[in-house]
Amino acid sequence: MRVSVWRGGAGGAFQRFEVPRQPSQTVLDVVTYIQRVLDPTLAYRFACRVGMCGSCAMTVNGKARWTCRTHVDLVLKEKEELSIGPLRNLPVIRDLVTDMREFFDKWARAKGYFEGARTRHDDFAKVSPEGEARKQVDAAIECIGCGVCYASCDVVAWNPDYLGPAALNRAWTLVKDEREKGNAARLEAVAGDAGCHACHTHMSCTERCPKHISPTAGIAGLKRATLFS
Amino acid sequence: MKAKAQAHLWLAQRASAAVLGLCVLVHLATMIYAVRGGLSAADILGRTSGNAAWFAFYTVFVLAIAVHAPIGLRAILVEWAGWRGRSRDIALACFSVYLVYFGMRAVTAVFR
Repeated sequence: MRVSVWRGGAGGAFQRFEVPRQPSQTVLDVVTYIQRVLDPTLAYRFACRVGMCGSCAMTVNGKARWTCRTHVDLVLKEKEELSIGPLRNLPVIRDLVTDMREFFDKWARAKGYFEGARTRHDDFAKVSPEGEARKQVDAAIECIGCGVCYASCDVVAWNPDYLGPAALNRAWTLVKDEREKGNAARLEAVAGDAGCHACHTHMSCTERCPKHISPTAGIAGLKRATLFS
Repeated sequence: MKAKAQAHLWLAQRASAAVLGLCVLVHLATMIYAVRGGLSAADILGRTSGNAAWFAFYTVFVLAIAVHAPIGLRAILVEWAGWRGRSRDIALACFSVYLVYFGMRAVTAVFR
């Protein structure tokens, strides 16, 4: 099969490779084959290979996906050849590796960290899994920070300050966390031109999220929360 | 801009969109009806002049536009022109006043 792989930094270009097809082959298998057999200088990032770590996301035939959980069969149904590039909306370090600092810095800017009111001397908080707020947290909590939503978001491309779906989704899980005490400052941090109000509800993040989370729903929730806070 | 003010802008845009949705429907339906009925400009003016209901309707229409359009432009100016901050908001406030002025000028012209 013919595979085009991005080489170099932002000013790089696609390089063609011929890779043998294998049964149940994933896109990560293809990248690994190229690096091990055809060109050991190819840079890419992966860790778990089973869809748990979120480090192997790349742009595969124009869409951001986890390469470890994307079968070549599936992608070749869309188009005869494979093109593999780095994630969009992030600076390219080299080849398929992006610099994810800004992506994670935005989680911090969205106050994506838990601030509880209890100390070690207090009893455990009892949170009912049946509670409405907790159900909303559960629907959004499984994010592993792969950056697929961020790379798929048009608003991030247009407005580089925009916090992006992942950071806002994380903020939403904290806003709905009944143990959380930092929500006034959090809502202040996630509102506005760089925050939830910049979302155009295109829903690319929701469509592409490999964990089937809907950051769009969380962002809509944040918009309502900023109004009633 | 403060979070609360941003949230209010968002609400104002959604609420004005709801008003506009209704206003555009009524406006288009009226236009189509008027044209199909073969009404002349003089006939139309004869019906709108002194009609407080039409005056009120189009006043609401103009005000909804003056609220809705600048808030939408605000996002477009950031995303497509990189213009943000106070200067942009002042320019948009002026644009809103412009819309009210010329919109109400048209409304009063057919009411008189």
